Amino acid sequence: MRGSVQNAELDLYDYSAYEGRPKIEWPNGARLAFWVAPNIEFYELDPPTNAHRKPWPHPYPAVPGYSIRDYGNRVGHQRQMGVLDKYGVRGSISLSAALCEHHPEIIALCAERDWEFFSHGIYNTRYTYGLTEDQEREMIEDAMATIERAVGQRPAGYLAPALSHSNHTIDLFAEAGGRYTCDLFHDDQPTWVKTRSGKPFVSIPYSLELNDTIAYVVQKMEPRRYGEIIRRAFDQLYVEGAESGTVMCIPTHNYQVSCPHRLRAFEEALEYITGHSDVWVTTGREIAEYSLTHLQKHIGGGAEQPA
Amino acid sequence: MSNVLLDYPQRHYGMDHDRYEWSMLQDRKPVTWPGDKPLALWINISVQHFPLSGDKPAVAPPGALTMPYPDLRHYTLRDYGNRVGIYRLLKLMAEYEASPSLAISGALSARYPQLLERLAQTPYEWLGHGWNMLRVHAGEVDVDTEAGWIAESRQALEQFTDQSIKGWLSPGRLQTANTPELLVKNGFTYQCDWVNDELPYTFKTTAGDMICLPSCLELDDVFVLTQNLHSEDSFAQQVIDAADLLINEGREQGGRLLALNLHPWLVGQPHRIRTVREILEALLVERGEAIWHASPSLIIEAVSA
Repeated sequence: MRGSVQNAELDLYDYSAYEGRPKIEWPNGARLAFWVAPNIEFYELDPPTNAHRKPWPHPYPAVPGYSIRDYGNRVGHQRQMGVLDKYGVRGSISLSAALCEHHPEIIALCAERDWEFFSHGIYNTRYTYGLTEDQEREMIEDAMATIERAVGQRPAGYLAPALSHSNHTIDLFAEAGGRYTCDLFHDDQPTWVKTRSGKPFVSIPYSLELNDTIAYVVQKMEPRRYGEIIRRAFDQLYVEGAESGTVMCIPTHNYQVSCPHRLRAFEEALEYITGHSDVWVTTGREIAEYSLTHLQKHIGGGAEQPA
Repeated sequence: MSNVLLDYPQRHYGMDHDRYEWSMLQDRKPVTWPGDKPLALWINISVQHFPLSGDKPAVAPPGALTMPYPDLRHYTLRDYGNRVGIYRLLKLMAEYEASPSLAISGALSARYPQLLERLAQTPYEWLGHGWNMLRVHAGEVDVDTEAGWIAESRQALEQFTDQSIKGWLSPGRLQTANTPELLVKNGFTYQCDWVNDELPYTFKTTAGDMICLPSCLELDDVFVLTQNLHSEDSFAQQVIDAADLLINEGREQGGRLLALNLHPWLVGQPHRIRTVREILEALLVERGEAIWHASPSLIIEAVSA
């Protein structure tokens, strides 16, 4: 039991050294599984106060923060979608579920491209912090049910809203039928995650380091340098992937990467990556299902599952 | 147990407020600019007064003084813009026959009448820009007080220009819950604070509709150079990359708008002014065939046509 104490090690996965692991083989002999995760988020103008985290740095109405995020949906979404179409990438969307209600036009555009929708909570201005376990279960189920109603398929993955977690987040998501998490940044290959229900559940490498918001807002990178670090990450993972399959993810935000002064750097990186052979251009769900079906022992799991 | 954290009163189709309608840029009727050019360019120069004061604003706008009183270093660096930087920019704009707008702190009317007289000699459109950069329209401001701030800012500029001032850019692009209504009541027909679009759109207030002509924070010189700490060369590159992308989109999808905001106290420095020259050269000369450079009012008019 992980309990509710605030200093417990959560024992989510076993240690595994990167050297000497069993060889991962991706479909068709690909060296690297590549996926792009556009975060399509809705931030509220007037969210309730959360004692643990302030949604906006400015008093109401937080025009600067709100309006640039709205830009992502109004302007940025279709711009990024055009680039992903051009390079044959299906997005795996980290979705604020309430966006199904606010902006169904965006959902329809993604659905007709067979993009994946995974859960990113209800709003990115609502946090896991301050919820009881039952309330968090309710929130997780609400998000999954909302997305399932909108697109006809229950989400398989979870990136907790605004990366806010509790001790139970991953257990609750697995119990709700989830298959993978994007919240753990400890590896470049999938990892078996131990949950209290023992259900098959995997961590798929997402990347904070290549996340456009981290690059642009936290690291304050020049756009072309962002393109360069993506290419460098790819080069390394592509070489290593010849020995054992690796995963590379580019998480994006329509209010960052799609700005007209930034999109070119992203496009050039996508052109570079998809110009290589032996790259499996795929989605988070497909990597998770392949891992849970074919690679359980490679990724540290599969030993003691309930029937 | 009910929890306000799980109540969603605005969870429905469209926006979670009543200020404007939800729509995507690419789904709207394509805009045509004069001469069928794919890209409109709006350059705004923000002519600002940062008072030497120990008072702290409710929210510090970019460029705000940060040191204990008297913060002479930042006060004088900002004042440099009004003594030197603006004149460098005016000369460059004239050389390139550019038509920037000028967003001007009202307090400059009493402080530097000579500057405002000089600005009034240009053909450039003026925008209200608040009283000064300490008096921010943010948080809990009494509505009558704020109404007075806006009226005062307008009247200060009208002492120097015959223009009927229509546009407003708030200090730091900040607004209170009442700012849009008060702007309409004071005769402003457009504001530029909401950076959520790349074309003008209708912004609703209880005092009647206005236009939001979105400025661009992400390419603002202060944002790129002083908050992101990018190089001058990178700043120019980013502006040019943006123009090229928008020109391509404009050809395929309908007219696009590039909004560029400049500050005399920053790009008016001797080591930065040539970056502005490079940008003007790249946009107005090298890409002149594709770019319609116009005042904000003309841009709004062209979209409404």
